[in-house]
Amino acid sequence: MGSESAATIPITVDFSGGLEMLFDNQRRYLISLPVTDESGKAANIAFLIEHLCKHYMKDPRADLFVLDGHIRPGILVLINDADWELEGEEAYEIKSKDNILFVSTLHGG
Amino acid sequence: MAPALCANCNTERALIKRPKNHAKLCKACFIKVFEEEVHHTIISSRLFHRGEKVAIGASGGKDSTVLASVLKILNERYDYGLELVLLSIDEGIKGYRDDSLETVKRNAVQYDMPLKVVGYDELYGWTMDQVVATIGKKGNCTYCGVFRRQALDRGSKMLGIKHVVTGHNADDIAETVLMNLLRGDLARLSRSTSIVTGDSRSEVKRSKPLKYSYEKEIVLYAHHKKLDYFSTECIYSPEAFRGSARSLIKQLERVRATAILDIVRSGEDMARLVPRDTSSSCSCKEQKNAAPIALAEDDVGGCGSQNGRTPGNEMAAMDKQLRDNEVHEKFEIDVAKVISEGKKTGPEKQQWGLPTRNGNSATGAVGGQVLGNCERCGYMSSQATCQACTLLDGLNKNRAQIQI
Repeated sequence: MGSESAATIPITVDFSGGLEMLFDNQRRYLISLPVTDESGKAANIAFLIEHLCKHYMKDPRADLFVLDGHIRPGILVLINDADWELEGEEAYEIKSKDNILFVSTLHGG
Repeated sequence: MAPALCANCNTERALIKRPKNHAKLCKACFIKVFEEEVHHTIISSRLFHRGEKVAIGASGGKDSTVLASVLKILNERYDYGLELVLLSIDEGIKGYRDDSLETVKRNAVQYDMPLKVVGYDELYGWTMDQVVATIGKKGNCTYCGVFRRQALDRGSKMLGIKHVVTGHNADDIAETVLMNLLRGDLARLSRSTSIVTGDSRSEVKRSKPLKYSYEKEIVLYAHHKKLDYFSTECIYSPEAFRGSARSLIKQLERVRATAILDIVRSGEDMARLVPRDTSSSCSCKEQKNAAPIALAEDDVGGCGSQNGRTPGNEMAAMDKQLRDNEVHEKFEIDVAKVISEGKKTGPEKQQWGLPTRNGNSATGAVGGQVLGNCERCGYMSSQATCQACTLLDGLNKNRAQIQI
């Protein structure tokens, strides 16, 4: 707190199941996520999703990723390989070196 | 949050929360349970018999890849004695099917199964690229769906195989149940829920061993087993899931995950209530034979190998239809009021008897239909000319015009 350059947490974010198409066809991103959001709350998954939309989404079709401010139903979120439902979903506070995977179940083959 | 332990083995960290019962499982237990449940479906429905040759409709997508992987494992674990073959359909869509066919080719090596690829061009003389060049992007899913349906059957006939399994999952079935319910199409509702379609009369039997598997678990199974699958959107129908029954299903799942299997089970229960002459067709006739050509709205549309994935916007179309019905209803009530003046119960009855648009044709048609063969191609059909030949007729006329 107080310092000019905000501290960040290094994490890995993966996209698969077709979601990579929304993120410049890149499957893996090494991201330095701000430790806190604008209001000073510890960075959680909800903040990460917002952050990804703002800074990494390379496609105008944001609604294929986020719907009504939440992750689109049908997209699975795995936190260090565990279903985010086991980890507190959007409220999960992100830790250094976490791996967050977004995988779509919506795309066909 | 302290990491939860697997409810099954009580030693490993739970990584999966099962949508059907909220059980928390570790990776190994989840994989085991997933496979065992498919085994249970196969055994309880007596899907296979020893020595049977079975073609797996393989698109390279998650569902068919998981199906191939699970069937290989179960065939070995429980000694089903099946001869498994991968059967792929090449719709002829450059940049879409090319890549997924590469995935299927890798799968063939990984699973040590022979692979047969059947192209729309060799079957029909048209690739989907050519179809779209002729008729445009609108409605092309109908062509693709009708062609694919026959293509799997024809492909297996070429291989001398009488049983094709497809990767349709619980989400697919739930979606079809909802769509048919909203359409009031009881005959198709009944057929869409049955695990096996096609009887001794049809040459090729179809079944869906993943019928009770959640799409979520299929994706998680593929992820945790690091299966090689391909996911993309058809370039001719991108975002087919937007505004579709599919997205409704996914929203329901978010609110209450058990909803999906509940809908599948309700569909089965309702299918049992369908009048006998209609429901008897459930396990013996394919969709395509049951009703006169039902175009875009039929559940043959969609992308990949999944016919459950209907083209987008059908909810909007349905909404419009329902609104139209309401408009008609209003007219009818007015008339009814005039007629039944003084009789309070009159108008209500009139109202109920009215808006059975598709229902009429469907139930009426099923009863009076005789299964025969298409006079052009010989493929089984309830019409003189099968759906594919009818569509081809239109296409060929167009091509003739273009050439002139």
